[in-house]
Amino acid sequence: MSDVAERVKKIVVEHLGVEASKVVEGAHFIEDLGADSLDTVELVMAFEEEFGIEIPDDAAEKIQTIKDAIGFIQSQSKK
Amino acid sequence: MGRALDSMRRVVVTGLGIVSPLGVGVRTNWDGLLAGQSGIRSIQSFDTSDLSAKIAGQVPRGETASGLFNPDDWITPKDQRRMDDFIIFGLAAARQAIEDSGWKPDNDEDRCRTGVMIGSGIGGLPEIARTAAVVEAGQARRVSPFFIPASLINLVSGHVSIRHGFKGPNHAVVTACSTGAHAIGDAARLIMWDDADVMVAGGTEAAVCRIGLAGFCAARALATKFNDTPEKASRPWDKDRDGFVMGDGAGIVVLEEYEHAKRRDAKIYAEVVGYGLSGDAHHITAPAPDGDGAQRCMKMALKRAEMNPEDIDYVNAHGTSTPLGDEIELNAVKRVFGDAAYRLSMSSTKSSIGHLLGAAGAVEAIYSILAINHGVVPPTLNLDNPSESCDIDLVPHRPKERKVRAVLSNSFGFGGTNASLVFKALN
Repeated sequence: MSDVAERVKKIVVEHLGVEASKVVEGAHFIEDLGADSLDTVELVMAFEEEFGIEIPDDAAEKIQTIKDAIGFIQSQSKK
Repeated sequence: MGRALDSMRRVVVTGLGIVSPLGVGVRTNWDGLLAGQSGIRSIQSFDTSDLSAKIAGQVPRGETASGLFNPDDWITPKDQRRMDDFIIFGLAAARQAIEDSGWKPDNDEDRCRTGVMIGSGIGGLPEIARTAAVVEAGQARRVSPFFIPASLINLVSGHVSIRHGFKGPNHAVVTACSTGAHAIGDAARLIMWDDADVMVAGGTEAAVCRIGLAGFCAARALATKFNDTPEKASRPWDKDRDGFVMGDGAGIVVLEEYEHAKRRDAKIYAEVVGYGLSGDAHHITAPAPDGDGAQRCMKMALKRAEMNPEDIDYVNAHGTSTPLGDEIELNAVKRVFGDAAYRLSMSSTKSSIGHLLGAAGAVEAIYSILAINHGVVPPTLNLDNPSESCDIDLVPHRPKERKVRAVLSNSFGFGGTNASLVFKALN
């Protein structure tokens, strides 16, 4: 579990250019981390690549926080 | 509607910024030009084994303090991913020019009177090539959401506006190799017509990549005989010239209404007094043999400037080092200037930096303005054996000190589009 969380946080730090200390589980990509709508699309693509999963558009729209991302990725890998 | 011609507002240049194969900054560029340096080198950043041209004027990377280009000093790594290199070069040159001008509007009215007009000949070709490969590999879902905004030509103007808060006219010129000159001329007109008080204008290009080089190679436009001696490849008017050398970079100026600049005690480099435009109506890539379009655009620029040929001391030629173009331009200059052609100096700074395509006209406009300010005209490198008709002063090899009251800078582009700018010393 912590492995997924760490990998998600690392991607967010790299793509959004934010300090690691701000990337907490409750952080909202747009409201807390300064992302725009294009950044969130790119983040989802990066998650897909990192974890070898496909995130459909309707699911991607619901991924707005670090916690959302971790939750979705874990639910996929359990399948 | 609008103003009568005789009441047009005057436009001056109050800021300069350059990124070029000679390096970053006005000082670095001017010193390099006068020292006869060449920015043309063998291409190391990608494979050229299957290309007939293996050299280019690429922007030298390294420490900013050494006059080299370090993108991290201009754009955050996060934002660099949102833009292809032509945007990064454009933003770096724009920031230099804006800081140089000292213009920092602090209220909405001033911000709304400050606009941007930065063009590019080709735009984000490397990014388009990279993305096309992703799509062709069946990975369309992996295309970056930043692909379109990273490649679009007008996004340079967009980013400058967003970063600096300039809310006035936001526009972009695309006229191939005359883009930079057209952008400065058109932006000056917006100020003349009272649509803005300040315009950030110029051109930027970063098309040196495999697909760009392959395209110009296929059009038989590039120098291919000097791959082993890159610094000798760009040789305008020389008998051994065999094509142009592609270059990357950006030239940006801050244009300002004269009274506006005077009121805030801005440093004034020169006045934009003339601008001419014409079309060849002849061929997609070849210039008209009689140089008719070039002549008409120079004449129009002189007429607008209310100047006679003998008022011009320096012509910064388009002079790309192609067998056809150089001679046609020279003959056009001789026809327009008559006896005065034998008293002026004309050089091609492309001999130092190569052909910066959409950025060329803007970088060369800056070099022209510096010639006025310093009383020195930059040289034409590699002009060892001039072609037969070359009987005017083409400033071979070394710079020449002379009083420069006014300059005319030419830019001609594919599609038969021509632009001439005239700058004059302020008193």
